[in-house]
Amino acid sequence: MPYSDKVLEHYNNPRNVGSLDVKDAAVGTGLVGAPECGDVMKLQIKVNPATGVIEDARFKTFGCGSAIASSSLATEWLKGKTVDEALDIKNTQIVEELALPPVKVHCSVLAEDAIKAAIKNYQEKQEVVEAREPAAVG
Amino acid sequence: MPKHPIYMDNNSTTRCDPRVVEAMLPYFTEKFGNAASRSHAFGWEAEAAVEEAREQIAAVFNAGPKEIIFTSGATESNNLAIKGVAAMYKKKGNHIVTQATEHKAVLDTCKRLERDGFQVTYLPVDKYGQVHAEQVREAITDKTILVSIMAANNEIGTVMPIQAIGKLCKEKGVLFHTDAVQAVGKIPLDVEAMGIDLLSLTAHKVYGPKGVGALYVRKKDPRVRLEPQIDGGGHERGMRSGTLPVPMIVGLGTACDLARREMPEESARTFRLREKLRTGIMGKLPETYLNGHPTERLPGNANISFAYVEGEGLMMGIKDVAVSSGSACTSASLEPSYVLRALGVGDELAHSSIRFGIGRFNTETEVDAVVDLVTREVSRLREMSPLFELVQQGVDLKTIEWAAH
Ligand SMILES: Cc1ncc(COP(=O)(O)O)c(C=O)c1O
Repeated sequence: MPYSDKVLEHYNNPRNVGSLDVKDAAVGTGLVGAPECGDVMKLQIKVNPATGVIEDARFKTFGCGSAIASSSLATEWLKGKTVDEALDIKNTQIVEELALPPVKVHCSVLAEDAIKAAIKNYQEKQEVVEAREPAAVG
Repeated sequence: MPKHPIYMDNNSTTRCDPRVVEAMLPYFTEKFGNAASRSHAFGWEAEAAVEEAREQIAAVFNAGPKEIIFTSGATESNNLAIKGVAAMYKKKGNHIVTQATEHKAVLDTCKRLERDGFQVTYLPVDKYGQVHAEQVREAITDKTILVSIMAANNEIGTVMPIQAIGKLCKEKGVLFHTDAVQAVGKIPLDVEAMGIDLLSLTAHKVYGPKGVGALYVRKKDPRVRLEPQIDGGGHERGMRSGTLPVPMIVGLGTACDLARREMPEESARTFRLREKLRTGIMGKLPETYLNGHPTERLPGNANISFAYVEGEGLMMGIKDVAVSSGSACTSASLEPSYVLRALGVGDELAHSSIRFGIGRFNTETEVDAVVDLVTREVSRLREMSPLFELVQQGVDLKTIEWAAH
């Protein structure tokens, strides 16, 4: 099955490969997929707590070219968006942008899951921070 | 890096040898007769060519020319052998013995027979992909009519101990069929010494054309009878009707003749190249694993798993090299290779496997280029792999609760 030019482009020049500090309260980490299924994505966002804007995003992916391209594209789209805007990213948009064939749709689903997981992780951390704050003050 | 894409998927199919094509060509045009036409020279000429091909094929495994039945390929040969025996000997018994890593043309044929009331034993293989004569002995019952075990596996290259299995079948009076598609022209075969009663082969794995194959059917000690699966004009001793595709048969014959003559030299050469590839890659990259048997394997085959890197992703990185992967990254099937599974290779390493198949037309320059490319690309993809990162951090991947999807 031939890959689209956009998939190839992301695969050959992946954007934002790397890792952010998982312990940083401003960083949300999502790890989705399973090695036995042949794809695992780690997606991280770094949010400016004052503005709620995602200032940085990074990924690492174990998977086929379409999985790598989907996560690379996701990090590109996340940067500059607010957390709420990021929650609106749909896998179908990824499918469209990368011209993924039906057998590769699950790669885009995984990327959407990774975004949601990273945001959830960030929000949970914020709750913990907020919960701790009075204690710290008091 | 050579300019052209490198073909290293010779377990899948092979390029037609130019000598084969040359031998075939006259049979499309001047020598176009029907081998069954007994009344004129066009027919005689075609028939003579077909008979010569039978001899060339039979000579590869010490059989007689009259024991060769032409088919459309090994899928048909396997179907004819197994279904033909099942239908012909069903009064004697309804039990067939085979093993887990056979080609689908054997496994799915057996599955259909199961639906028709036959009983099939699928023997498990050991961690190298071998099945042993002792297992076959234990599986045989007084209802067993056929044992079907391949000579060599197409994915992992493991060579089966068919001589011991054939001997056992003779002892037990059970017919023995072997799918020798991958073995023909690569390792020595002898139907007498190995006790083989039926043997499947196909032209396109031995530098011949696609769409033609043969089935060896033993004529004496014992005389094997088959229920035909295709009815018609009664060609091929009534076992397989249909006008013979003479140019294709000439191609298969020539391919077999070349394979027989050149095998000692060719197998030594592909083995040397395979070892160069294997040691080159595995020496440079840690956590790589050879799937299949370390020594009892086809000379040109190397099936290697690259931990933390997904096979299809890797193939994309080495896209100028044609290879296959045991991964199946499609939404229809997230299941990796059933062959690797049967060996007990974990799904994760099965997804990380690449099959390299070195053949007649590969060169040392190509092997060097592939070693460099694979080493570079695996290293790049590992840097991009969350699994590699976790392991570097000292995390045991088995302790993570993965959300299977
Ligand atoms: C072991 C084995 N058996 C059978 C086949 C089927 O052969 P054919 O393509 O001629 O139908 C193949 C190849 O595809 C094979 O590798």
